[in-house]
Amino acid sequence: MAVVNILYDVGARDEDPDQTGFAHLFEHLMFGGSVNIPSYDEPLQRVGGENNAFTSNDITNYYITLPAVNLETAFWLESDRMLSLAFSEKSLEVQRNVVCEEFKQRYLNQPYGDVWLKLRPMAYKQHPYQWATIGKSLDHIEHASIEDVKAFFNRHYNPSNAIMVVGGAVKLDEVKRLSEKWFGNIPSGEKLPRVLPIEDDQSEERKDTVYANVPLNAIYKVFHMPARTEAAYYAADLISDILSRGNSSRLFRNLLKEQKLFSEINAYLTGSLDAGLFVVEGKPLPGISMELAEAAIWKELKRISTEPVPEAELTKVKNKMESTMVFSEMSLLDKAMNLAYFELLGDADLLNSEIRKYLAVGAEEIRAQAAHIFRKENSSTLYYLAK
Amino acid sequence: MIDRALAPAFRQVENIELIRAKPLVLANGLKVFSIDGGDQDLVRMEFIFANIAYDQAKPLQTFACNTMLNDGTSELSATDIADRVDYYGSFLQTEYTNDHSSVTLYSLNKHLASTLPIVKAILTDSIFPEFELETLVRNQKQKLSVSLEKNDFVSRKTFNHVLFGNSLYGYDISAKDYDRLDRDQLLSYFKAAYQPKNCTVFISGKVKNDAIQLLDKLFGHDWNSDSEVQANRFEFKAAAGQEHYVERPDALQSAIRIGQISINRNHADFPGFQVLNTILGGYFGSRLMANIRENKGFTYGIGSALVSMKNSGYFFIASEVGAEVCSAAMLEIEKEINILKKEPVTESELSLVRNYMLGSMLGSLENALSHADKFKNIYFSGLDYDYYHKYIQTVRTISPERIRQLANTYLDFDGLQRVIVGKK
Repeated sequence: MAVVNILYDVGARDEDPDQTGFAHLFEHLMFGGSVNIPSYDEPLQRVGGENNAFTSNDITNYYITLPAVNLETAFWLESDRMLSLAFSEKSLEVQRNVVCEEFKQRYLNQPYGDVWLKLRPMAYKQHPYQWATIGKSLDHIEHASIEDVKAFFNRHYNPSNAIMVVGGAVKLDEVKRLSEKWFGNIPSGEKLPRVLPIEDDQSEERKDTVYANVPLNAIYKVFHMPARTEAAYYAADLISDILSRGNSSRLFRNLLKEQKLFSEINAYLTGSLDAGLFVVEGKPLPGISMELAEAAIWKELKRISTEPVPEAELTKVKNKMESTMVFSEMSLLDKAMNLAYFELLGDADLLNSEIRKYLAVGAEEIRAQAAHIFRKENSSTLYYLAK
Repeated sequence: MIDRALAPAFRQVENIELIRAKPLVLANGLKVFSIDGGDQDLVRMEFIFANIAYDQAKPLQTFACNTMLNDGTSELSATDIADRVDYYGSFLQTEYTNDHSSVTLYSLNKHLASTLPIVKAILTDSIFPEFELETLVRNQKQKLSVSLEKNDFVSRKTFNHVLFGNSLYGYDISAKDYDRLDRDQLLSYFKAAYQPKNCTVFISGKVKNDAIQLLDKLFGHDWNSDSEVQANRFEFKAAAGQEHYVERPDALQSAIRIGQISINRNHADFPGFQVLNTILGGYFGSRLMANIRENKGFTYGIGSALVSMKNSGYFFIASEVGAEVCSAAMLEIEKEINILKKEPVTESELSLVRNYMLGSMLGSLENALSHADKFKNIYFSGLDYDYYHKYIQTVRTISPERIRQLANTYLDFDGLQRVIVGKK
């Protein structure tokens, strides 16, 4: 098999605040036919291939897996839609509906589904991370016009804004030849500088409460944290593992099992390219007050901010990180996606040094980073309560 | 200049080679299969037990026993187990399905000597502490209350119950069933089910001699079977199709699940039915997706599938559609089924589906772990590798007329159970 992954350096953070959800809607339109090829999916399936894509706040990533003997079909399809789309009104109309149904399915018709639509604007006041990739509201998607689509394509979808990774049972010479043949004459376009507002340091604690038709109360706490490219990111990532990875993690063991305060509790990072969020979320058990639940979370956050993490515990999370990376090596597609992502960070080869960066983090660095992140004035807390 | 309108030449996938599982039987009768391949120095060890002795008065017994295997042995607490598993960077998972309960260890080979003994301990010496059971019950009930708010979850649960009644495949779990669990049930189920004669081990990844020797040392000698195993046997009769409507006045979308009891992998028509299913709803370009998502924009996704189980099988179509277009979507589904029954599929569409299915089969064989999964499918159906040979032959050669016949045999909209949760 072979895999072709194309990452476009455009995500929801690049959208106009009055036209959110556009990068993601656009991803759907990339399957609506290109300038010379009326259907994208059909010819790919005909040669035994499969494809999909995702949009995040930072990037839009498209991937194909197909039998290696038919590699050229992937080049043909991907290069044509990089050259230009068909811009069909019908496709826009249908995909607007599909995306609205996706909005309902994932965000509106699910218990707690809209929580990120509320948390992002609490945490970000300037930076475009204040909206989710699906957009601020159905309204923005419903009003997208074909002119908007064309402008977005011309601005972001060109070779200078794309990273392609080809892998699997392929030969380098052949990949070079095909790249030249299919992509070589696409005008490279202009790499526009990205000028995004920088989020001011948060200076006071933010709190909010909402009521919804959900069976259980929930608490969400988000803190600003370093960007993916900063050295301090690695310590923050290990902090989330110490708190929440596996059944030996602190939040699971102490708050769920021993103190019996929560039925579910987790910590994780958004891992975004610009300064991201450290998230702690949990569902307190019936009879446990929100204040008690929140105080218990703070106690764990204070502990990791003041006491150095014991050596064995630090080794544990590092070992897990290491084995996770070995396991991820088994998937060709994951490897291709990772290489494209690290190339975006600056150099595909950074993927190889990733584990060393985790292993180099010391106990004091963890404590200091935790103390820096887990400050009241750096936090936004949402009580999501059952009506 | 290249002609961009012209598709490059392509070939159908020719050779699909499966890594054959190597069988081995240990001194105590424990069946082991190893599937060796890959460069990463790791293994997956799966211990799979048949679900047995189903009792509808204790519907959660099998599930709870499996889930609590990492909650403590006479020598290790749940905390000790978690600490050791995590310290060595390994992953220990329990999994419960309709027919099997399993314990799976993912480990780097270099740590296997430290991680595999944990599996031995939990498979032979689990004690199901009372306070851990209380935690399980408490948290599962909370989780269930959230799941019951999801239309998709309710549609699946309703559908399974309509098809399979109070058997293990269909029991309609409610919060009070968790209260009926007790420690004695778990201990007695553990003793009856978790014995070598009811277990099959699959080792996949980079399988070294050391790993086999360690497995043999730990599991091949002093682990004994000491009672008869009472296999689960269920028989189901297909009932007349009808609509099952669960109204949710606030729903923005309705979850639809339509289907019926059908053949399983042991039936000669199964591969042909899989081709038919792929055309109808088994891939992104399927007729249901093309019509209901890509043409009408009624949904984010719609699909269909065949599920093969030990004592039965079923076919289903599932989607979440805009509440205001639910009835329109149902009509379109009916229309697509009727077209398949009346009109033979064109050669062009069929050749696309053939190539897609072969490519997809090849793509599903990425590493030794996925080869092991392919083997498990046939092994638990009592089939051998010849099944895949026949499957590939069927995909390559099945005729449009045969597909039409299969549609008439296996698809009849009026005969399907039609579950709708939301509004219509």
